[in-house]
Amino acid sequence: MTTAPILEIQDLRISLPPGGDRPYALEHLDLTVNPGEIVCLVGESGSGKSLAANAVMRLLPEPHVHVSAGRILLDGEDICAKSESEMRAIRGDRVAMIFQEPMTALNPQKTVGWQIDEVLRLHTDLDRKARRARALEILGDVHIPDPASAYNAYPHQISGGQRQRVMIAMALVLNPRLIIADEPTTALDVTTQKQILHLIKEMQRQHGTGILFITHDFGVVAEIADRIAVLRLGELVESGPAAQILNHPRHPYTQALIAAVPALTPPAHKDLSAAPVVLRAQGLAKTFAARGGLLSGRRQAVTAVRDLSFELRQGETLGVVGESGSGKTTVSRIVTRLLPPDRGEVVIGGRDLIHADRRQLRAMRRDIQMIFQDPMASLNPRKRVVDLIAQGPIVHGVPRAEAHARARELLSLVELSPAAAERYPHEFSGGQRQRIGIARAIAMQPKVIVADEPVSALDVSVQAQVLRLLADLRDRLNLSLLFVTHDLRVAAQLCDRIIVMQKGEIVETGPTAEVFADPRHNYTQALLASIPGRDWQPPKLTDAA
Amino acid sequence: MSLLLYLLRRLLQALPVILLIIVGSFLLIKLAPGDTVDALVGDMGGADPAFVARLRQEYGLDQPVLVQLWRYLVKLAQLDLGWSYVYEQPVTQVLASRLWVTLLLMLGALSSAFVVGVALGAFAARRAYSAADNIISTLGLVFYAMPSFFLALLLVLLFSVKLNWLPVGGIRDIGAFHTGWRLWLDIATHLLMPTLALSLIYLAFYMRLMRTSVLEVMDLDFVRTARAKGAGSSRLMFHHIMRNALLPVITLLGLQISTVLGGSVVIETIFSLPGLGQLAYTSVVKRDLNTLMGIIFLCSIIVVVVNILTDLVYAWLDPRIELK
Repeated sequence: MTTAPILEIQDLRISLPPGGDRPYALEHLDLTVNPGEIVCLVGESGSGKSLAANAVMRLLPEPHVHVSAGRILLDGEDICAKSESEMRAIRGDRVAMIFQEPMTALNPQKTVGWQIDEVLRLHTDLDRKARRARALEILGDVHIPDPASAYNAYPHQISGGQRQRVMIAMALVLNPRLIIADEPTTALDVTTQKQILHLIKEMQRQHGTGILFITHDFGVVAEIADRIAVLRLGELVESGPAAQILNHPRHPYTQALIAAVPALTPPAHKDLSAAPVVLRAQGLAKTFAARGGLLSGRRQAVTAVRDLSFELRQGETLGVVGESGSGKTTVSRIVTRLLPPDRGEVVIGGRDLIHADRRQLRAMRRDIQMIFQDPMASLNPRKRVVDLIAQGPIVHGVPRAEAHARARELLSLVELSPAAAERYPHEFSGGQRQRIGIARAIAMQPKVIVADEPVSALDVSVQAQVLRLLADLRDRLNLSLLFVTHDLRVAAQLCDRIIVMQKGEIVETGPTAEVFADPRHNYTQALLASIPGRDWQPPKLTDAA
Repeated sequence: MSLLLYLLRRLLQALPVILLIIVGSFLLIKLAPGDTVDALVGDMGGADPAFVARLRQEYGLDQPVLVQLWRYLVKLAQLDLGWSYVYEQPVTQVLASRLWVTLLLMLGALSSAFVVGVALGAFAARRAYSAADNIISTLGLVFYAMPSFFLALLLVLLFSVKLNWLPVGGIRDIGAFHTGWRLWLDIATHLLMPTLALSLIYLAFYMRLMRTSVLEVMDLDFVRTARAKGAGSSRLMFHHIMRNALLPVITLLGLQISTVLGGSVVIETIFSLPGLGQLAYTSVVKRDLNTLMGIIFLCSIIVVVVNILTDLVYAWLDPRIELK
């Protein structure tokens, strides 16, 4: 095999339309991908990493966003000089792409087989039988159980992990020289993520493909990268072999990014057994009824939560972890009575929230507040921040002026400037919006805050800040947190105790440090083993800010 | 098999709907002052009260409303739509002689509006904000904003009066006594202008909706995937975008098929076509209860059937939708 690089990006510059926050999305980008190499392009949102990928495919939204300088060489040929029809022949054949969200990246109206077949139809002269045979073969190669039935299935009929396997099969079917993977595992559960990463490595070793892997997750990087390039706001700040960047980052930005990765070392166990119990859930159960009418009972009833009990003490953070479908979100909805359970009770301050009548419920609502996953979707875009925060107290009878004054105080408590009060949610970044969400929750002076994946939509560095803020507020206001997350690194960071859920049941519970050090249940062990980059301990950087 | 069960269930569910429509409209019509006899007597220029009373008794109009309703329902259950005292014919026959005209007009107008509208909309979306898009959108807006009677009169002025290419009205050339394919050709030339006038208005709807829908689908992830696979732009449009973009347009089509029976009254009147819309109008004026109820019954059946068909098309277009 030659050592000539598959992809060489030289001094690439991508221009943005005038009037944006910066003139260039990317500047002076140099990057090389050799055969059989996985190069990770790492950066936070807005760093221009996805645009770099689209530039290689020549799929930029031209003419608004376009390559204005530099060269992209694929096997020595300049892609920017190619005509559109030449590019069409290259896409899917010599360069293939895998996307983040396999559900939306597949056409919902076509079968899996049709969509793989399309690649072959576009780039080969094979007849129908040969194409079908090849498609079945590649589906087998990516370890899809029963390829023949998957071939005829529609994307919504197979699981998320399998959909991503289909995407990979589609990318690999013609043995491309280069695969661009744009956050291919971000939307997946940890255990599935581990399998997919494993599959990508396996395929790459078999076929000698070069992979440009785009991600924001240093755990994933540690898992698969041969070389790493770090982007910040369109600038390449550092690049080099994986081991060097991961363990001895030179640039302050890389150091800050790595420092923000939550270490897998849980906090020392706080003894809270003397603290009063703030919230006690007893025998909660919820089954989503079977769907379908009189003549068709197609969908089975789904038990989301079965017989769940736990206690939350004052000042404690209880993590609820599990994969999608484990029922953890249902728990957060039941505890706040946004969803009525079939059975069980939730006792806060000696009173049962579930069976409270409307008047009692209204009063009890102030004791338990929620922070949601997507701060953009959960803040009313037509209201000013001060109104958003003050709304709850005003509803509960606090005079308007007082509530507004208190809202402004809360903004400084969550480290936002008082000027933020008069602005609208869309004027803030994701991390700032989540701070507003937190301010809104504590405005009610609750005893318990239920946080449902509050940081999973945020960049790592922002994530670290928000987590620190939450921990700080918890300690200062003596709050109790019920913290629902799928991310074990995040759970390790913040939670005193955790509950591991699988299929609606608690499989293991205990102090976080103990569960992480000595997981008893198979499922917990599998979950912990799936954490990407678990063998890599982020270096303690003494000179990092 | 499950499809058959599904159809059976949907039809069973439709029965109470139709019954409700029949009862409701019967009572509504009865609420209005005046009946068939009043209209007949009015046409005759008056008659003595004894004659009027005998006529009422003969038509069963002297009974309480609920009895009349019950009698009507019993007859309807035997699929007997009754007798039209205005046309002196069974209602079934009156309807049959009119229905095909309206169906031709309506299906012709809607299908051409749908096909052309979808094509133009997709074309405009592909070249969004270009000159072609602007021209198409502006024309669409003009047709959409223009009242149908005005558009119809403009067409008559142009094609019949100035150019003398097409007949002004009617469904066939009365004096010509054509047979066979000449008759069909004759009918087609008579229907051309009404169909055009009706479809131009609907076309604008489909075009706008399709354009928006295509623009939306174009930005979806799977279209990007298809481009990354090396698909060309026409392949993208036909295989990936259009079918997904059609869903909202189909919804509108289903809704409009249901209303177009009523919407064609104006066009039928202007072009003096003997269709259902015109029949409904005269039946109201003449208080021809049986004919009016027959039209309502027919329309409700059409609406129900079209609704079921729309759902079937939906399920066919989008495999995520399950018929249940």
